Amino acid sequence: MKAFLLIASLSLALSGCSANWGWYVVNPATDTGLSNLKFLFGGLYYTLLLSVTAIGISVTIGLLIALPGLSHNRYFRGINRTYVEIVRAVPILVLILWVYYGLPQIANLSITVFWAGVIALALSDSAFEAEIFRAGIQSIDKGQYEAAHSISLSYTDMMRHVILPQAIRRILPALGNQLVYMLKMSSLVSVIGMQELTRRANELVVTEYRPLEIYTILVLEYLVVILLVSAGVRWLEHRMQSDQRQ
Amino acid sequence: MPDNTQPIINIDKVCKRFGDFNALKDVSLRISSGERIVVCGPSGSGKSTLIRCINGLERHDSGKILVDGIALDHSASSLSAVRSRVGMVFQQFNLFPHLTVIENLMLGPLKSRKLSREAARQLALNYLERVRIPEQADKYPRQLSGGQQQRVAIARSLCMEPGIMLFDEPTSALDPEMINEVLEVMAELAATGMTMICVTHEMGFARRVADTMVFMDHGEVVETASPEHFFTSPSSERCRDFLNKILQH
Ligand SMILES: Nc1ncnc2c1ncn2[C@@H]1O[C@H](COP(=O)(O)OP(=O)(O)OP(=O)(O)O)[C@@H](O)[C@H]1O
Ligand SMILES: [Mg+2]
Repeated sequence: MKAFLLIASLSLALSGCSANWGWYVVNPATDTGLSNLKFLFGGLYYTLLLSVTAIGISVTIGLLIALPGLSHNRYFRGINRTYVEIVRAVPILVLILWVYYGLPQIANLSITVFWAGVIALALSDSAFEAEIFRAGIQSIDKGQYEAAHSISLSYTDMMRHVILPQAIRRILPALGNQLVYMLKMSSLVSVIGMQELTRRANELVVTEYRPLEIYTILVLEYLVVILLVSAGVRWLEHRMQSDQRQ
Repeated sequence: MPDNTQPIINIDKVCKRFGDFNALKDVSLRISSGERIVVCGPSGSGKSTLIRCINGLERHDSGKILVDGIALDHSASSLSAVRSRVGMVFQQFNLFPHLTVIENLMLGPLKSRKLSREAARQLALNYLERVRIPEQADKYPRQLSGGQQQRVAIARSLCMEPGIMLFDEPTSALDPEMINEVLEVMAELAATGMTMICVTHEMGFARRVADTMVFMDHGEVVETASPEHFFTSPSSERCRDFLNKILQH
């Protein structure tokens, strides 16, 4: 709530020094202003779709990479370490460029901007997800494994019904952070032409020459989305905890 | 050979090392069906290690363990066959904190015994009745007292309908006023003919329930005797010392 008051007063303060500002570009009372605004907000759909798809995939890959990292077998652990170290070392922007321009050539396939973005974001995030899952699973008491063994659960049932539900509750704040991080990183996909928030702002700046106003809107867009997502994650966290306590 | 002379658990010259440390040294023990064994001994003597070897939570290094005719060789199939016949109750209860009491009880029947939801639920309610907390079915473990949690843990094991139950100091994490409610449930279980191996220092319970007392020290079974013999005239010096210490208070 406080955050929204802050945003409101911030934008008021900014509009106060109107001499240097040209808010007309996004004035909803005028036709161009309204269509400019619609154009800018229209990117939100792609930003969200891109981030949510990418995080879904990266959480899945992350979990699959985390599991061999918990094995007693050092070769399995080696697979985990190698993946995490390599993927973590590549900058996201570089990965985006490589997946979009490079991958189609070696794999001889065509790839859309959207899927190139999703793959690059998901891959680069998956290494962090893997580390988060590994730490979360390792934090579960060994008595839980022993109890699961003692009632003869299979490995899959034990992970699915005993270990992961508890681990996920613990790592929920960290997963929420990754989603926020992903929303921010999705702006990088603008470089290959994805029509998300940042790309649209860039395009409008080129035609309208009002970078200050347009990028201010862009900042506010990210701010609102991310504050809402953070609040959502906190609510979920709270609900899952009270699940166990009440 | 007739069936009743076959031990249901046969432990033969079992050794277990942790690094350089010998936790079990050539331990042999034959337990017949329906027998109630109480294992005691000083801290670090290998009691937990021994019973954890019986359901494969620890992997023995040498020797043989036969449970209900199944050789524990740590293949997935022998482990799951043995574990579905052997229940275990832990000192720290180890209930699943994210599941309600009834869900804790139903998990094994549903997933490893593949019972239907209805059958699993009925079974769980029956055993909750047996441990005298049917009214707590929908609570979460942390809402229960320690004694209640341990009774839930016993019921969870019983829902697998095992022929053998292992108890590793089931009352030593409990406040004194809750110990009896758990021992009571265990004594009732003993009366049903369940094969039981209990690690405990509750000597009143041992006298009342045990068919055989086992005393361990330094990874060895030092003495195996009936309770009368064990408490009145233990043959080894170490055992006498131990009994003097714990029976003083
Ligand atoms: N996982 C392990 N790694 C290393 N050493 C272990 C491990 N588990 C047990 N030990 C050692 O083996 C010995 C026997 O342990 P065990 O837990 O069987 O003893 P215990 O008789 O149950 O003792 P207590 O009464 O304290 O529970 C101890 O010295 C212990 O330190
Ligand atoms: Mg012990």
